[in-house]
Amino acid sequence: MKYQLVSGLETHVELATATKIFCGCTTAFGGAPNTHCCPVCTGQPGALPILNKRVVEFAIRAGLATHCTINTTTHLDRKNYCYPDLPKAYQISQFDKPLCEHGYVELESGKRIGITRIHIEEDAGKLVHESGFTFIDYNRGGVPLIEIVSEPDISSPEEAREYVEKLQLIMRYIGVSDCKMQEGSMRCDVNISLMPVGSTKFGTRTEIKNMNSLSYIEKAMAYEYSRQAEILDNGGEVVQATMRYDEHTGETSVMRTKEDAQDYRYFLEPDILTVVIPEEKVEEIRASLPELPTDKLKRYVNELGINPANAQLLYKYKAVCDFVEKAISLGAGVKNTVNLTVGTLYSKLETEDDKERFNLPVTAEEMAKLVKLADEGKINITLAQKTLSKMAEEGKSVSAYISESDLAGVDEGELEGICKKAVESNPQAVADFKAGKEKAIFALYGFIKKATQGKADIKKADAILRQLIMK
Amino acid sequence: MKSVIKTLSEKLRSGQITSVELTEKYIEAIKRVNPVINAYVHETFEEARRDAEYADRLIKEGKGTPLTGIPFTLKDNIATDGELTTCCSKILEGFRPYYDATVWKKLKEQGAVLLGKTNMDEFAMGSTSETSVYGAPLNPRNTARVTGGSSGGVAAAVCADIAAYGLGSDTGGSIRQPASFCGIVGFKPTYGAVSRYGLIAYGSSLDQIGPMTHSVTDAALVYDAIKGEDCADQTSAPVHMGPTALNGDVRGIKIGVVKEFFDGINPQIKGAIDAAIEQYKNAGAEVVEVSIPALKLALPVYYIIACAEASSNLGRYDGIRYGYRAANYSSVDDMITKTRTEGFGREVKKRIMLGTYVLSSGYFDAYYKKACLIRKRVESQLAECFEKCDVLFAPTAPVTAFPLGYSGGNALETYLSDVCTVPVNIAGLPAIALPCGKDKDGLPIGMQIIGKKFDDERVLDIAYFAEKSKLCELEDVEGGVRL
Repeated sequence: MKYQLVSGLETHVELATATKIFCGCTTAFGGAPNTHCCPVCTGQPGALPILNKRVVEFAIRAGLATHCTINTTTHLDRKNYCYPDLPKAYQISQFDKPLCEHGYVELESGKRIGITRIHIEEDAGKLVHESGFTFIDYNRGGVPLIEIVSEPDISSPEEAREYVEKLQLIMRYIGVSDCKMQEGSMRCDVNISLMPVGSTKFGTRTEIKNMNSLSYIEKAMAYEYSRQAEILDNGGEVVQATMRYDEHTGETSVMRTKEDAQDYRYFLEPDILTVVIPEEKVEEIRASLPELPTDKLKRYVNELGINPANAQLLYKYKAVCDFVEKAISLGAGVKNTVNLTVGTLYSKLETEDDKERFNLPVTAEEMAKLVKLADEGKINITLAQKTLSKMAEEGKSVSAYISESDLAGVDEGELEGICKKAVESNPQAVADFKAGKEKAIFALYGFIKKATQGKADIKKADAILRQLIMK
Repeated sequence: MKSVIKTLSEKLRSGQITSVELTEKYIEAIKRVNPVINAYVHETFEEARRDAEYADRLIKEGKGTPLTGIPFTLKDNIATDGELTTCCSKILEGFRPYYDATVWKKLKEQGAVLLGKTNMDEFAMGSTSETSVYGAPLNPRNTARVTGGSSGGVAAAVCADIAAYGLGSDTGGSIRQPASFCGIVGFKPTYGAVSRYGLIAYGSSLDQIGPMTHSVTDAALVYDAIKGEDCADQTSAPVHMGPTALNGDVRGIKIGVVKEFFDGINPQIKGAIDAAIEQYKNAGAEVVEVSIPALKLALPVYYIIACAEASSNLGRYDGIRYGYRAANYSSVDDMITKTRTEGFGREVKKRIMLGTYVLSSGYFDAYYKKACLIRKRVESQLAECFEKCDVLFAPTAPVTAFPLGYSGGNALETYLSDVCTVPVNIAGLPAIALPCGKDKDGLPIGMQIIGKKFDDERVLDIAYFAEKSKLCELEDVEGGVRL
C-alpha cells in the first residue's frame, strides 16, 4: 500500500432527553408534522431559548464515559447560516469552548482513538420532498445533539467501523442515546485524507457528510481512498471538498468546494450567557455512571470466569448484564446463569433490539431460584432449560412448573430398578459398550431419562449402569 | 408632573368612574387626536373593551391593583397574542403572534386595558421613529418635530394623553430619548430586571422593556408590575419584588457628573441640567466630578455590537413561516432574497449589512471581538465610578427634538446623538429620563439619572425628588383625556 489513510469522524448523536434542548417540547419520534413545536423551536419573533439542564448532564455523561475533561465554565455560540430547516437562521451550538475535551475510545487492539471535543447543539427541522413540493417539519428542530469530534487517528475503514460501534455501545450503556443510525439518532461525517506511507505531512482532506450506516461508512471510505490514491498516483492534487456518498453507485461526489464554504460568523449566544457547572455535579454524574462496556467485558472474563465467547455475547446489552448480575448476586451460579441466558433466553430475543430491551417476563429473582436448583443438582439442566423457556413465554414463577415431586428426584432404589430395566431393554447397546464403544451408553441414558421424565441424576445412573454392565 | 396612573386608579377604586367608561374616553380621544400625531399604528379597541370589563369585575371583587382598569399602550415590537405585532416593518405585515410577551401577560392578569400598539422606528433601529413603515409619529408639543425614537409612538401617545402610560423598549436610548423629546418620564430598568420574552429582538444583550409615563410615581408603579425573574428568559435576574419605596430624600446622596457626557453639549441643555443639579445640592446632595475615558468609544462599541446581534436576530425573517412573502420568485433562495429586499427598510438593511460585516471572518477580531473587550472596559470604568457616587446625572441627548426629515440627511450626526444613552445599555445599568426644562423654542429638555446595576429602586427614588420638588412642570398638551 503506497498511501496511509488518515481519518477523523464527526459524529452527531441525538440525546434521549424527554424534551428539547431549548424548550419544553417533546423529543418523541414520529408525531404529526409540526405538532411537537412551540414559539421557541420554530423561531417566532420574540421567543427566547432556555437551556435544558438534563441535556448538559447527558453531555457530561458522554464526556466522562469517553475519558474527557469537562469544562465546568462554558457557553453557547450562534452559528449563522440560512436554510429553510433552520427557523432562526442560526443554530445554537458551541464553538470555542466545548463542554468536553481530550478524551478517547479504546479499540479491541488497544489502540486509542482520540476525542478532540464533545459539544451540545440543537438539531434542525426536516425537509420532506413530495409531489414536487418541499415541506418542512419542525418536530425535529431543537432536539438536543452532541457532536463528538475525533482526532484523525483512524487508519482504516475497519477501524472507523469499530470506533463507531464502540461509541454506540458506550452511549447506549450510559443511557444517553439509542444511537440508531437507521432512525437518524446517530450520523457521521467522515474526514479522510491520504499521505505517502512513512510521511508525516497530512494530505488534503475531503469530508463525506451524513453517513447513516456502518457498512456505507466502510464502503465510502474505501471508495474515497481509491479515488484519492488514483489522483495522487497521476501526480494530481486532491481538492478539499464536502462530498456525499451515493449508496446506489457506491461512489462519492462533490457537494461543495472550499470556495463555497460558509462563513458561520460565530459569536457568543447573548440569550443564554455563561453556563457554570459545580464540580460536585460533575462528580455526582461520574458516580452515577454504570460500569463501562470494556471494563465489564474484562471483569466477566477475568474475575467471573465467564468464557470469552459468552462474555462477548452478553456484554453489549446492558439490560441483559443487569439481569445476569442480579441473579448472580442472589446466589445463582455463574456458569448455569450465563449458559441458560445465552442458550435459552437468547432464542426468545432474536434481534439486537430485543436483546437491548430485554423485555421478557422473567425476573432476576425467579432466574436465581431456577439456577440454584440446577446448581444444587435438584433438577438437571434439560429440565432447567425447558422450564426457563416456559417461564419466558408464560411469565409464571418457577414453582408453577417445578413441584415437590420433581425436586425429590429419583431415590436410589428406584434408580437401580430403572437402570436394570435399561440394561435389559437395550442388549445391543450393552454389547456395543462392552466391545469398547463408549458412546453406546448414551442409549441407556436416553431410556432412563424417558422413564424418569428427565428427573434422574445421570451421573448416579452412569455409575449404577457401569456396575450392572460389568457384572 | 401629574401622576396619571395614581389619580385614575383612585377614581376607579372609589367608583367615580368605571374602567369601561374611562376606556371609551381614551378611545374617543385616540380617534380625534391620532390622525394628527400618528402615535398608534394598530388599534385594539375590542380587546380594550374586554379588558375594561374584566378590570371592573376585579375592582368590584376588591382584587384591583394600581394598574387595574387603566388604559395603556404597547410599542409595536411587544408580542400580543392574536393582535398585530409588526415592529412597524413591512416584513411583519399582518403578523399576529400566538403567544403573549411576559410583560403583557403580567399586566393583562392585573386588568390593564390595552388600547393599541404604537409607532416606532422599524425593528427599533433609529432615534426619530421616522423609519416606520407607517410614517413618523409627530411630537405633540410641536408637530414639526420628531418624537425621538425608537419608542416615539409611545412617547407621543402618553404626552398627548391618549394613553395613561406605555411600555417601550430601549436598546441604545429608545425609551429615554423620546421621553425627553416629548417631555415625559422614561425608565430603562437594569438589563435582566424585566423579562424580554416576547420582545422582538434587536440587540439581545442590550434590549430592555420599560415604562413611559407622566411621573416618576407612575413609572415606579408600572416597573413594579412588570419586574421580576422569568423562567422563559434566561437573561432575567431575581430582583426585589415588593413595591418600590419613594421618599425623595436626597441628603448625602453623591451625584456623579461625568465630564465626557457634557463635552460639546448644547449650552441650553447644560444650563437646564446644571439648574437641576443645584436643586439637588440645595436639598443635601453632593456633587462629585468624574471622568470615564472609555466613554469616547461607547458609540462605536454600541453600533458594532447592536448591529452584529441584529444581523443574527433578523435572519429569521425569510417569508417562510410568518409575515410578508414576496409575490414572484423562481426558487427558495430567490424568494428569501426578494422577501427581505422588499420587506426591510433602508436603515434596517444598513444595520444588517454592518452587523454581518463585523462578524465576518477576517474582520471579526478587528471589530466585534475588540468591541466586546472595550465593552468590558466601559462596564468596569462605570462600576468604578459607582464606588465614588450613588448615581450619575447626564443629559439624555445633546440636542432637543430635531425637525422632521433632518436625520435622513444627517445619518452620522443622528447616530452621534445617542452618545449619552448608549453607555447605559452597554453596561446594563438602570437609567431614567425626566424633563428638567425647555429650550428657547419651547421644546422639552430631559436629564438622565443613571444608577448602578440592580439599583433600580434607588434610581426611581432619587428621581422622585424632582417630582416631589416640582423641579420641572411642563404644561399639558391639548386634546387628550383630562383626569
